Amino acid sequence: MTPKNETLLIPSRPVGIIGYGAYVPRYRLPATEVARIWKGGKGGLPIKEKSVPGLDEDVVTMSIEAARNALARAQIDASDLRAVWVGSESHPYAVKPTSTIVAEAIGAVPSTQAADWEFACKAGTEALVAAMGLVGSEMAEYALAIGMDTAQGRPGDALEYTAGAGGAAYIIGPAEESLAVIEAAYSYVTDTPDFWRRAGAKYPEHGSRFTGEPAYFEHITQAAKALMEASGTTPADYQWAVFHQPNTKFPTRVAKMLGFSKEQIEPGLLVPLIGNTYAGAAIIGLTATLDIARPGDRILVTSFGSGAGSDAFSIRVTDAISERSGRAPKTQEYIARRTEIDYATYVRMRGKITLK
Amino acid sequence: MEIPRHWRLRKQRYGLVGEVCPHCEAKIFPPRDVCPDCGKEAKTKFSFSGQGEVYSYTTIYNAPSGFEANVPYTVALVKLEEGPLVTAQLTDVAEEEVEIGMPVEMVTRRLHQDGDERGLLVYGYKFRPIGFAAH
Repeated sequence: MTPKNETLLIPSRPVGIIGYGAYVPRYRLPATEVARIWKGGKGGLPIKEKSVPGLDEDVVTMSIEAARNALARAQIDASDLRAVWVGSESHPYAVKPTSTIVAEAIGAVPSTQAADWEFACKAGTEALVAAMGLVGSEMAEYALAIGMDTAQGRPGDALEYTAGAGGAAYIIGPAEESLAVIEAAYSYVTDTPDFWRRAGAKYPEHGSRFTGEPAYFEHITQAAKALMEASGTTPADYQWAVFHQPNTKFPTRVAKMLGFSKEQIEPGLLVPLIGNTYAGAAIIGLTATLDIARPGDRILVTSFGSGAGSDAFSIRVTDAISERSGRAPKTQEYIARRTEIDYATYVRMRGKITLK
Repeated sequence: MEIPRHWRLRKQRYGLVGEVCPHCEAKIFPPRDVCPDCGKEAKTKFSFSGQGEVYSYTTIYNAPSGFEANVPYTVALVKLEEGPLVTAQLTDVAEEEVEIGMPVEMVTRRLHQDGDERGLLVYGYKFRPIGFAAH
């Protein structure tokens, strides 16, 4: 790495990923089902299908499973975690932390931080950067950061095709114990109102085409470029790249704009098969990429959260990956575990039928 | 409102935390502080692996109060690999896929909400078919 640029986020103690875990619910709603109900079966489809949580699933239960997978890979005791942080825009409670339930279930209580993070689709990477700080400052040996969502889409809206469910959990620890070292991070944030959900509102509002150029593309390209420039790297230095993925078109186009090939983004491009998992989207792309990565591989990850901002990370895979990746189910195994449902089952599962 | 009860049971419900008898090694679930095998005091905590198999099952179409929204659902007696038999809902499975002897694993899921949509969300163990290749 070249001399430190002051805008880069690099902790004084090097840190990395000790363990990671993914989760995707088993139900899938084909995009053709949404088109069948709302478009007379006509029109383009932004993805093939999206994941749908079961009746008994929410961000709490999904985070618990991803966290258990991360612990299985890390092989540390949950009581050694000093933070359990969950980023989401679908926390089951308006007031009462998701994180305390997750921490209790995995056995991390009581000597731990617990908090819920919010920043639309980048709530998970916000928690990740904070965990880097906590471990990097030597306040803690290990911290758990999760990004998980059961995303909302108004029936008939463009978002209904893609609003999926899933996410990932990461245990951050000292670099020398890690399966992938986080070399640096960079955050790029502005006030850009491309998408929001007001307090008490059931479904989000969005600026349609405004969510593209000034929001998604501006923030991701600025963050990724700044990270590469400040760290003296180019797309050729990375085997793999993962970008936030609200649909298939956006990450494919932003990769091209930045100079990454289709092959580089292929392992982490999950949106065609599970939909947009919001706070989980970029980081579950990373779990799928880590599943196939080899020691020495470099990965560029850039999230995007509406409102708006991006966190970019430069990650280098270590020898420990070979031993640890097989200790828990791989992301593609979750994707392959698939039960197709129709639109009627979907509206029931998502609570869109009112019984009173 | 049953807040104290939900709070008291959270460890066993979220993670199948029971007890092991320090005298005869019997694994105990749910925890009861007295060994059902040898009758002596048994307060040592023990986390079950969550692996087991379906011992018997039935499908509920007429649910008790608080569980109506989930019908139909299947309830099973699950024989844990450490010995105890527990009653739990099966999840991520259709009734026709269930059979006696089917290997299952514990997952933590939302059991129900206490009262209406303003009430506490209650989480706890359920079991699902082991659906992944060996890892």
